[in-house]
Amino acid sequence: MALTREQMAQRVARELQDGFYVNLGIGIPTLVANYIPDGIDVMLQSENGLLGMGRYPTEEELDADMINAGKETVTARPGAAIFSSAESFAMIRGGHVDLTVLGAFEVDQQGNIASWMIPGKLIKGMGGAMDLVAGADNIICTMTHASKHGESKLLEKCELPLTGAGCINRVLTDLAYLEIKDGAFILKERAPGVSVEEIVEKTAGKLIVPDHVPEMSFDA
Amino acid sequence: MAGFDKRVSSYKEAMEGIESGMTVIAGGFGLCGIPENLIAEIKRRGVHDLTVVSNNCGVDGFGLGILLEDRQISKILASYVGENALFEKQMLNDEIEVVLTPQGTLAEKMRAGGAGIPAFYTATGYGTPIGEGKEVRVFNDRHYILEEAIIGDFAIVKGWKADRYGNVMYRHTAQNFNPMAATAGKITVVEVEEIVEPGELEPSQIHTPGIYVDRIIQGTFEKRIEKRTVRS
Repeated sequence: MALTREQMAQRVARELQDGFYVNLGIGIPTLVANYIPDGIDVMLQSENGLLGMGRYPTEEELDADMINAGKETVTARPGAAIFSSAESFAMIRGGHVDLTVLGAFEVDQQGNIASWMIPGKLIKGMGGAMDLVAGADNIICTMTHASKHGESKLLEKCELPLTGAGCINRVLTDLAYLEIKDGAFILKERAPGVSVEEIVEKTAGKLIVPDHVPEMSFDA
Repeated sequence: MAGFDKRVSSYKEAMEGIESGMTVIAGGFGLCGIPENLIAEIKRRGVHDLTVVSNNCGVDGFGLGILLEDRQISKILASYVGENALFEKQMLNDEIEVVLTPQGTLAEKMRAGGAGIPAFYTATGYGTPIGEGKEVRVFNDRHYILEEAIIGDFAIVKGWKADRYGNVMYRHTAQNFNPMAATAGKITVVEVEEIVEPGELEPSQIHTPGIYVDRIIQGTFEKRIEKRTVRS
């Protein structure tokens, strides 16, 4: 079975380490905050100028001046810091964020990512995504492995306009967890019940399959 | 005005001198921390062919979105322009020129403009459509593109508290682009929720020192929430 959105978030959360500063993009990456392992403290960075994003507010706490980068009302956790957009992107571009998790339309075997623009469709803008992928050393891309029509999104070369070049080193899809290294995808783990053959079939880019590909496990 | 007293008594006075064809830099992120009354004054004045520099362009009927209703904006630099049907329509009809700019690059363009730095190199956008046609240089084996600074004829800013001298503090994440915008206007106008006497604000807590600020006005704010999310 392909992973659910929640399972994808759970799997990404296992990559969190105690003391990490983490930026989570919109969509599945946002869900990762719900699965931070016990005993681990991470600080969530929101690029509109908040380090230490807390939970959604109660009705009483609701404050128009307190939002995240998705424009949702949020709170600041104890020990949070708030600052300007320039300061926020200084920490992003300066490589101070330990882990960035974001979605993508396509990635390729050179670590290129396309996530912001589909020519011919309405273009809303890249927001902070180009800064995030250019500034981070440690990025996990979350995406579906293939389109609804079965076309692979893990390519030899991205077809859509890029968000960043040569910047992605890890990808979690609904079928597999992969690394990108030396011009190839390396299959590290597969979703429960998903065969290596299916992953091979749905990966258009160069794929290296080790002898043993462990199956992910999830608590019920 | 006497000495360092930057206060003006009306929004009309606050935006005195704005003309068609000018560049206006606006603070705010989404609808958070936007100078809503200064935007309304620009609408009232009917100036047009404006170039607007702002992370977003408001929503239909609020924020910078109201300047679209009478087609007052001819060009905008922004990082994200979703959530606005009128904007989409004008963009698709080529009635508005949109220069999509990565969010960090946009903040840095304002910061550099205010700091007298004409351009800067950044890795953001290299190898993407944003980097096309821009100068590329390699430093320490990485590629960087040259991005130019922005200066506005006007900068419009929303603060929380200010003193008469134009020293400004922002509240929570309503800070966002406002401090950079404040530095990058030939004329910088700040509207705040409260104006206090000099000495009441702790000097080390001031976000925008008064030297950047030309006019200050106290207003009342709707502070509309774009995405209301609460936990039960």
